Amino acid sequence: MTRKVRILLATLVLATGFGFAQTVIGVSIPAATHGWTGGVNWWAAETKARLEAAYPSLQFVISTAGSAAEQANDLEDLVAIHQIDALVILPFESDPLTEPVAAVKDQGIFVTVVDRGLAREGIEDVYVAGNNHAMGRVSAEYIIDRLGGEGNIVVLRGIPTVIDNQRVDAFMEEIEGTNINVLDSRHANWNRDDGFEVMQDFLTRFPEIDAVWAQDDDIALGVIEALAQAGRTDEMFVVGGAGMKEMIYRVMQGDDLVPVNVLYPPGMIATAMEITALRFVSNIPILGSYILDSPLITQENAADYYFPDSPF
Amino acid sequence: MARSEAAAVPAWRTRLARIPWQSLTPLLGLALLLVIGSMIHPAFLTPTNIFNVLTRSAFIGIIAVGATFVIIAGGIDLSVGSMAAFLAGAMILTMNALVRGDMTPLMVVLIGVGMVLVAGLLAGAANGITITRGRIEAFIVTLGTLGIFRSLVTYLADGGTISLDFAIRGVYRPVFFGTFLGMPIPIWVFAAVAITGAILLHRTRFGRYVRAIGSNREVARYAAVRVDRIRTLTYVIQGVCVAIAVILYVPRLGSASGSTGILWELEAIAAVIIGGTALKGGSGHIWGTVVGAILLSFIGNVLNLTTAISEYLNGAVQGLIIIGAVFLQRGRSGR
Repeated sequence: MTRKVRILLATLVLATGFGFAQTVIGVSIPAATHGWTGGVNWWAAETKARLEAAYPSLQFVISTAGSAAEQANDLEDLVAIHQIDALVILPFESDPLTEPVAAVKDQGIFVTVVDRGLAREGIEDVYVAGNNHAMGRVSAEYIIDRLGGEGNIVVLRGIPTVIDNQRVDAFMEEIEGTNINVLDSRHANWNRDDGFEVMQDFLTRFPEIDAVWAQDDDIALGVIEALAQAGRTDEMFVVGGAGMKEMIYRVMQGDDLVPVNVLYPPGMIATAMEITALRFVSNIPILGSYILDSPLITQENAADYYFPDSPF
Repeated sequence: MARSEAAAVPAWRTRLARIPWQSLTPLLGLALLLVIGSMIHPAFLTPTNIFNVLTRSAFIGIIAVGATFVIIAGGIDLSVGSMAAFLAGAMILTMNALVRGDMTPLMVVLIGVGMVLVAGLLAGAANGITITRGRIEAFIVTLGTLGIFRSLVTYLADGGTISLDFAIRGVYRPVFFGTFLGMPIPIWVFAAVAITGAILLHRTRFGRYVRAIGSNREVARYAAVRVDRIRTLTYVIQGVCVAIAVILYVPRLGSASGSTGILWELEAIAAVIIGGTALKGGSGHIWGTVVGAILLSFIGNVLNLTTAISEYLNGAVQGLIIIGAVFLQRGRSGR
C-alpha cells in the first residue's frame, strides 16, 4: 500500500513538475469476474505503477469491461478522450472485437493484442499470447507418463469456447494411441462450484479413476473438495492449470494429490505492456508474435512461479 | 345456486379439492426423472448420489423458498445470486479477522453466522424499502443491487478469491459435510426452512396478506392491508433465506469470488415457477418450490451420469425440461 502510494506520488510529482509530452498507452482488459481475469487485473495495475515510475514519459490508462460490447465502447473512449498513442488489448472475444480494434489501428495507433487473436490477420503490430495447444499437450504428456500409458481418467472442461476447444483437442490428440481411457468429459465452466458437482457425479458413476484433468485451477479446487468428501483422495491425482498461487503452493509442498501444475500465466498482460512500452522508450524493433510457453510446474521449479501477493 | 351445491358436497370431497393438485405435476416430473436416472446408471439411486443431489439443491431451494414469498406478492428479486456472493465474502472476511484475535474458532463461526443473518436481513430490507418507499419497479431496483453486490464482492476479493482461514475450517466444515441421523445437515436445514416457510405462507395472516397483495394490490390496500410493510417483509424474508443458504455454502469450498452464485437468481425463479407459482403473483405454494428446486438439481445430475447426450447440449435439455414442466401445469387458467 505505502509503496503504491509512494510510486503514485512520485509519478504525480514527475508528471506535474516536468510536464513534458507524454505517450499515453491504453490498456483494455476484461473485468475481474473470475480468478484468472483477477490475476490479469492485478498484473496490469502492478505493471502500470512500475513502468510509469521507470519511464516518466509514459502514462497508462487501464479500462476494464464486463462484456465484448462494453469493451468496444471502451476503445472509443480511449481514443477520443485519452487520445492514446498505443493500445494493449486482451479481447473479451475474438470475433466481435476484430473490427473495433481495426478501427483503432486505422487511426495510426500502435496495437498489441494479448491472448485471444483477432479474427482477421494483419491488424495488430504485436501479438502476445499463452499457448493453449501446449497447455493441453503438456498436461496429457504428464498424465501419460505418470500412469505408464494406461488407466482411466476423467476430464473437466471449461466454458465452451475456442480456448477450451484448443486445449481439449491438443490433450485428446496426445492421449490417442495410448491405453488411457477417457471415461467422460463434462463442462465445469472454470468454476469451483461446478467442478465440485461434476466431480461428485463422476465419482458416483465411475468406481475406478486414476487421474483427473481439471484443466483449470478453480475447477481443480472444487474437484479436490469432492474427492475429500468421498474419501477417495488416495486413489487418484489431479492436474489443474493456469498457475493459481494456492495450487502452486501445494505443488511446492509436494502434495500427492496435486503433483504438478501447467502454467497459463495471467502475467502475460504485463509482458505485453512491457513490450509495448519498449516501443516508445527504446529503439529496439518491436513487432511480431511473442508466444509464452506453458511449462510443467513441478516441486523442483514451483518457487519460480509462486507470487504470494497476486490475488490469483 | 353454485353455493348451495357446494354446501351439499361431502366433507371428503372438499378436503380432496383442497389438495394442491397442481403441485403434483412437478412431483410427477420428478418421479419420471428418477425412473430415467435409475435406468441410465445403477449408482443413481444409491443414498450417496441422492444425498449429493439433495444437498446441492439446498442452496437454490432455500433461496427459492424466499423467492416464493416475493413472487407471490407480485415482486421479483434478481439480486439473490450476487447477494449470496457478497454475504459469503463478507462472512469469510469477518471470520478471518476475528480468528486472528484470541477467540476460539467455534465462537468465531457463531459470530460469523449471526453477522451474516443480520447482513442478509438488512440487504433484503434495503431492497424492499427502496422498492416500496422509493416507488421503483422491483425489477429495476434488484437489477441495480445485483450489480452493486457483485462489484462489492469483486472489490472485497481484490479481483481474486476470498478464502476461509484454515483455523476455522475444521470447526465449520461439518455444517456442510456432516450428517445428523444419517442425513446430511444441509438437507435438514432445507427441510426446516421449507416447513417454516409453508407455515408462514399457508397458516398465518401474513401469508394471506402476501397472496392478497399479489392478486390485487389496490383491493388489498382498501382492505386495510399495510401493503408496503408486507411487501418489504417479503424481501426481508428473501434476504434471510439467502443468508441461510450462504451459511451452508461457505463451509463447502471455504471461498467466495466474483463468480460465486452467478445465475442463482434465475435458477431460484425457475424453481418457483416450475413449482406452480404464478410469475405475476397471487398464488403459489412452498411445496411446489421445493420440488422445483430438487427437480432442477436432478436434471444436472442425470445429464452428468450419461454419455448419451453431448455435453454441449446440457443447457438445451435443461431448458426443454423446464418449459415442459411448466407446460404440463398450465391447468385451467389457460393463460
